Amino acid sequence: MSWSLIFGSLTWSVFPHNPIALFGAAVVVLGTIGAAWALSYLGLWRVLWREWFTSLDPKRIGVMYLIVASTMLVRGGIDALLMRAQQATSVGASQGILTAEHFQQIFSAHGSIMIFFVAMGMMFGIINLIVPLQIGARDVAFPFLNSVSFWLFAAGAILINVSLVLGDFSAAGWLSYPPLSELAYSPTSGVDYWIWSLQIGGIGSLLSGINFLVTIIKMRCTGMTYMRMPMFVWTVLGAMALVVFAFPILTATLALLSLDRTLGMHFFTAGGGGNMMMYVNLIWAWGHPEVYILILPAFGIFSEVVPVFSAKKLAGYTSMVLSVVGIVFLSFTVWLHHFFTMGAGANVNAVFGIMTAVIAIPTGVKIFNWLFTMYRGRIRFEAPIQWFMGFVVLFTLGGVAGVLLAEPPADYQLHNSLFLVAHFHTMIVSGVLFGYFAGIVYWFPKIFGFTLDRVLGRRAFWLWLVGFVLAFGPLYILGFMGATRRIDHYAASTGFQPLFLVAGVGALLIAGGFAFQIAQLVRSIRQRELHRDTTGDPWDGHTLEWSIPSPAPFYNFAVLPIVHARDAFWAMKRGRVPYQTHGFEDIRLPKNSALGILIAGFVLVLGFAVVWHIWWLALAGVVGAISVIVMRTFDEDTEYTIPASEVMRHDASVRHGIHTI
Amino acid sequence: MTYDHIHDHQMLSTEARAEDNATLFGFWMYLMNDFVFFASLFAVYLVLRGNVFGSVGSDMFNMPLVLAESIALLTSSVTYGLALLAARREDTSAVLRRLCVTFVLGAAFLSMELVEFGRLIAAGHGPSASAFLSAYFTLIGAHGLHIAAGLIWMAALMVVILRRGLTRFTLRKLMLLGLFWHFLDLIWIFIFAIVYLTGII
Repeated sequence: MSWSLIFGSLTWSVFPHNPIALFGAAVVVLGTIGAAWALSYLGLWRVLWREWFTSLDPKRIGVMYLIVASTMLVRGGIDALLMRAQQATSVGASQGILTAEHFQQIFSAHGSIMIFFVAMGMMFGIINLIVPLQIGARDVAFPFLNSVSFWLFAAGAILINVSLVLGDFSAAGWLSYPPLSELAYSPTSGVDYWIWSLQIGGIGSLLSGINFLVTIIKMRCTGMTYMRMPMFVWTVLGAMALVVFAFPILTATLALLSLDRTLGMHFFTAGGGGNMMMYVNLIWAWGHPEVYILILPAFGIFSEVVPVFSAKKLAGYTSMVLSVVGIVFLSFTVWLHHFFTMGAGANVNAVFGIMTAVIAIPTGVKIFNWLFTMYRGRIRFEAPIQWFMGFVVLFTLGGVAGVLLAEPPADYQLHNSLFLVAHFHTMIVSGVLFGYFAGIVYWFPKIFGFTLDRVLGRRAFWLWLVGFVLAFGPLYILGFMGATRRIDHYAASTGFQPLFLVAGVGALLIAGGFAFQIAQLVRSIRQRELHRDTTGDPWDGHTLEWSIPSPAPFYNFAVLPIVHARDAFWAMKRGRVPYQTHGFEDIRLPKNSALGILIAGFVLVLGFAVVWHIWWLALAGVVGAISVIVMRTFDEDTEYTIPASEVMRHDASVRHGIHTI
Repeated sequence: MTYDHIHDHQMLSTEARAEDNATLFGFWMYLMNDFVFFASLFAVYLVLRGNVFGSVGSDMFNMPLVLAESIALLTSSVTYGLALLAARREDTSAVLRRLCVTFVLGAAFLSMELVEFGRLIAAGHGPSASAFLSAYFTLIGAHGLHIAAGLIWMAALMVVILRRGLTRFTLRKLMLLGLFWHFLDLIWIFIFAIVYLTGII
């Protein structure tokens, strides 16, 4: 009795037992200890705390997002390799390397991590780094909120990894459909881990959504009208509008599932009058906009990269804007295509099938515009446009597969098969991830002051591309052959094994590609003097971020720019409009604050406590978080001023005579 | 409107004005967000309200109490508005008095709600009795939690106004809390119409 009062449902049995899970736990524990030790050894804690953890500079927050997302990419990638190994070996008499239960946990973790903590993390990382620079602003609208968002995201990522050490993870798939995810069928704390890590990370995303929506609408520099905004800013505006309207649905849905599991309610249970299809509707009412939240900024990155490396203007700017707006609206009208087989009836299915085909049109407009931009351009085959060319081929094929799936009769055959798995990986890996990789290579010099190594980057790209085709090409075929998603074992007579082996080789190549990216980063850091960007404009860029020195100073712009045309910086370089070089003024910037990390810490405690039903700790988390929020809300002394003379001096020291007028 | 008036009165710099505008707009975005959250709960309630599963149905509502709750909450919005009017006159003590009344009315609303919840649970009609009751408790409870958050905010704001007076900073907080409070009123009107009125007729 007293045990459960203090420790909730935590007992000694929550530590993992089977060897692979034990290994995972050991990696997390030893990795954390190792990293902590290394930081102490190098004496970096103080710097890390002062300059990074408590920083409200969106550029630093952006870098931290990218670091967490890359770490989670490793975690999700290892999950993927385990799945490939299992499916390649678990045939006939052999049971493969994983138990069925463990395999289910792994695919659930893989999907949840890749969407929430890799794709979302990279997206918010790049948005933090680039959006203020592109709109000619010194900061985001709510710098402190930005820090809270990031730390909530990090807290979610930590909680999902705690499940490797204490207890198990959800085995109910990445969207945890009830009734399987209900207490009756998933009695362990695994689904609770899923709920709370997503809930915490999701609230972080939601706050970021509001923040960047306001930033883009209210903080653009003088002269930057909506139709002069860089395309990346437009796509982020669309994505953030979707965040504001879609993420509350996720918050509500997760809360309801949690109430079912924790307080015995009956929203989605099989008994008590619950309605489990309502869960599926709700989760996809968020889930479908979510995929556009992820892909729109990637589209935006390509819309920046393609014109720059083709030395042309973006073709069809207006139609690009319209297609973004079209996608934003249409993305709320197609959610039912994720479950045509629910049996809503022919008419309902027809409507959603047609809407799904319709939403392919604005995306098609974009594909054509990018190709028209390249047409007769002077193309430089740098890494960013390589990622684009890989993307445009694969994404178009994946999109066509999607239109096929949009037809309800075809979907009835392909639903739940590996064809679907191949389709959405094509969209999310070769669409979203390739886009973010292109963005990272492209903007890296602006943030760090040196470009990334070309040779290793090229190898990484080819490994990713070939690996991707080998890993997911066979899955399309396997889907047609009748292989269902999430199978952990099959008979030899099915003839699946050779294709699964090829897919396994592909996954290894992708892992190799990632290893090359790490090597690229390490080599570039070592040889940074060789790759130093002294011009501030290494690619002959079009937009405002390239008008300032690299790395971007902490105040972004010494003098706020005035925009007279679309592709503002390009116009300045061609002498069509003047540079803004005088009129230095005092700059107000937010002071660093430790309260963001503190709030997220309390929320993490709350999440952990609810997962394990430790009610006193949950209460402590709530009280702690609320106290800190109240404390911060009424703190007026949150900014400091850099005097104009100091700005002028610093600006001269970092400019090295760039753009001398 | 009040806010613009305060601005004109204080003759703030363009920069400060832009910053306040961004904050106000951001708060509206947050409210839109919360609106979608409540919309989801309303949708769930409408789907599940017939699923009484042998327990009580929506005819069990204690309408006199609901009416009293509604009057308390709607009146609190009026008194909040009066507090804003006092802020316009820069009458700090009137602001504090009216906020106090608002707080008491909000607390009264919350207490009545909790009493009602207690009564239902004691009678065996708790949130786990049926899908209908789960949806009912969650929708009303989510609104109640928002009210509780608003009350905490209001208490803190009163302390700060007492200490620092009506500055641009505290006025801004007063304005935002006002938006939040009226928003919760609006949600309650939806609850009154969709849950209670359609429940008893």
